[in-house]
Amino acid sequence: MGAPLLKLVGKRIGLSIGLLFAVSVLIFVGTQILPGDVAQSILGQAATPEAVANLRAQLGLNDPAYVRYFHWLFGLLTGNLGTALSNGLPIGPAIAERLKNTLFLAFWAAAVSIPLSIILGLIAVRHKNGFIDKLISASTLAAISLPDFFIGYLLIYFVAVKLGWFTSVSTVYDGMPFLSRMVAIALPALTLTLVVLAQMMRMTRAAILNVMQSAYVETAELKGLSRSEIIWRHAFPNAVAPIINVVMLNLAYLVVGVVVIEVIFVYPGMGQYLVDHVAKRDVPVVQDCGLIFAAVYIGLNMLADIFSILSNPRLRHPK
Amino acid sequence: MSNELEYLSHRVAAGRLNRRDFLGRAAALGVTATVANSMIASAVMAAGPVKGGTLKAGLQGGESTNVLDPALDLSQVNFNFSKCWGELLVDTNPDGSIDYHIAESIGSNKDATVWTMKIRKGIEFHDGKPVTSADVVATLERHSDAKSKSAALGILQGIKAMKADGDEVVVTLKDANADFPYLMADYHLVIQPNGGKDNPNAGISAGPYKVTVNEPGVRYGGEKFKNYWQGDKLGHADQIEIIVINDATARTAALQSGQVQMINRVEPKIVDLVKRISGVTIRTVSGRGFYPFNMFCDTAPFDNNDLRMALKLAMDRQEMLEKILRGYGAVGNDFPINEAYPLFTPLEQRKFDPDKAGEYYKKSGHSGSILLRTSDVAFPGAVDAAALYQQSCAKAGIKIDIKREPGDGYWSEVWNKKPFSESYWGGRATQDQMYSTAYVSSADWNDTRWKRPEFDKMVVAARGELDQDKRKKMYADMGMMMRDQGGLIVPFFNQYIDATGKNVQGWVNNPAAEMCNGYALSLCWVAA
Repeated sequence: MGAPLLKLVGKRIGLSIGLLFAVSVLIFVGTQILPGDVAQSILGQAATPEAVANLRAQLGLNDPAYVRYFHWLFGLLTGNLGTALSNGLPIGPAIAERLKNTLFLAFWAAAVSIPLSIILGLIAVRHKNGFIDKLISASTLAAISLPDFFIGYLLIYFVAVKLGWFTSVSTVYDGMPFLSRMVAIALPALTLTLVVLAQMMRMTRAAILNVMQSAYVETAELKGLSRSEIIWRHAFPNAVAPIINVVMLNLAYLVVGVVVIEVIFVYPGMGQYLVDHVAKRDVPVVQDCGLIFAAVYIGLNMLADIFSILSNPRLRHPK
Repeated sequence: MSNELEYLSHRVAAGRLNRRDFLGRAAALGVTATVANSMIASAVMAAGPVKGGTLKAGLQGGESTNVLDPALDLSQVNFNFSKCWGELLVDTNPDGSIDYHIAESIGSNKDATVWTMKIRKGIEFHDGKPVTSADVVATLERHSDAKSKSAALGILQGIKAMKADGDEVVVTLKDANADFPYLMADYHLVIQPNGGKDNPNAGISAGPYKVTVNEPGVRYGGEKFKNYWQGDKLGHADQIEIIVINDATARTAALQSGQVQMINRVEPKIVDLVKRISGVTIRTVSGRGFYPFNMFCDTAPFDNNDLRMALKLAMDRQEMLEKILRGYGAVGNDFPINEAYPLFTPLEQRKFDPDKAGEYYKKSGHSGSILLRTSDVAFPGAVDAAALYQQSCAKAGIKIDIKREPGDGYWSEVWNKKPFSESYWGGRATQDQMYSTAYVSSADWNDTRWKRPEFDKMVVAARGELDQDKRKKMYADMGMMMRDQGGLIVPFFNQYIDATGKNVQGWVNNPAAEMCNGYALSLCWVAA
């Protein structure tokens, strides 16, 4: 790895960190302008004004905003995520548990969907415009055209209720045996797979077909290589950059965008945790979750950039 | 064995068919007396509670922000779970009478200002300590602390002093209150060791189940408490579990596929579909909850009783009940009380009368449109209800504008702040509690700004009246006054709609709250 390359990668990482700080300010400002009052939201409709006033004072909501921002940021940098306003419990362990669940589900959904979509993409290219290509495209596009919650409901109705193969309640907990955990997440993972499959598969297909137009592929054909070999050895490595980009975007979706799936499958992930705390105006938790989601998003995009740089000789050796 | 015989044997067990008749029918079907007798025996066995196993409920109304502290219980999941592990002084029976738990008896002096509760001996907390009168006093102290965040703070404000005296707790009230035992039935007042002052979230009390799993917003679990004071009367399953399922479709699917044995909050619009699922039983009970349209009696244009009357007469309650609640409720009568309350007197039912409403409207002299605020969170179907009301008002020549407010902040920015909006009330245990919570001049939640000194006096007088007949008459007068002058339009009282799965038995409807007043997991079992 040459120095210019290191510099490129270093620049990407630096930019990402800067971006993350900018996002932290945005998140903080955003949570400050939410309507409603934390104390009122915690105590609900049945709250007396005295109880609300007592709670406001107790929660330190009377400090100026910038003081609270730096207090929060400093806490984060030292690994202290603060205390949830709504239940007085430390946020760190609660988020760790939820994040673990979210990553577990995202990991298995990705472990199925990424190889599957790339293989389907390769098969589609191999049989370009043939029946198999059209079948793959039509079925994956049909899956992505349905809203994710609808796919979830369909699977619940047919697979869980009618056939009884898997459970519709995907509650997982600490100390659950690995196999039952896998059974529990089967349906949400399948739903997510169906949702993300089409985009990655279509991108794989398009990127490879694009490369298939180039002169060196024609050379390879003239050399007498089989079509599969051309795709696998010559076209795919050169089409990898856009595929990585779309894979990373979908990975980010699997981590940060699955709150609806969590709700209908009763899966204890980050999304549900965030929504509950937004409803209760639990600002510290919302800020922490927001920043974690932003970090995941920015981090995966950074990885996509870095992999693209590494996989592209032109970027590796800029003139 | 024929199904008919099996059915008949269950009828005998249930006392609906006498033994001799059964044996006669059995003989006619060619079964010997011995076999027939043994069938009765096994049916009787089957009719009793089935012990052991795990009973699961899938409930709406749980968030990851919840804690176990009963003082802060506001949503359904915490309410139901606290009835599993917590023990109260008293609770209410389905007929509205007092069910004595930790308090063995409650009595008062002649003018209902000093109340004495006798604490039952031999009740044990989950940590092995006995429940004492000191624990009871400490609990009441914690909930009535001015700094407390307890939702029961309001109902305990009337307490002047209390002290433990041997196995008795003596409470002195500022004013006479004949309903004191009902105040003690508030579900927040779970008796905890030392009142929960050391650790309110410990989840230790004297209920039938000990807390084993506490994952807020996800699931809760309990195991049978061996030294439970009522022994086998409650808590038939060895383990209970509550899974938080906030999505209605997911809840129904979980019941249908047998992953849970009971669910709460079946939406009125899908009840008829759920009914058709084999093995599923819908459990409805008329409660005290209602969905009001609130007008501020002290704010123009609603300070004019003719206009209020016009708006009340323009409400088509029957249509509302059929379209919004699909019949799962009862029409309201513009005062906050229904037959689920003790000492209720039915008043003449107000009917939809667009002509009369038009007359009152003209008499009021108001012109222009009237702004009604609504939101999805006001009650299920609130936005549709507003649209229906707009239509029925149009028939009376009254123009209603609807403003749909965001659910976020509805309870802090709109309800009890804006002069005409939709809302919900869960109801209270007694008429006095309902009126003093929301319809006396000094109440913080006077969401109709109903400020009548003469009404306040009636509330206080009825509260201290120990003669039940006189009291009933007073409440009828108060209801009439609210109905004809108040700022409250009540289209309907809602029903609690729960559902149970295959062979779930032991269910007892209770108008106090959903899920058998929260005791469903302790009362029910799954028959083989």
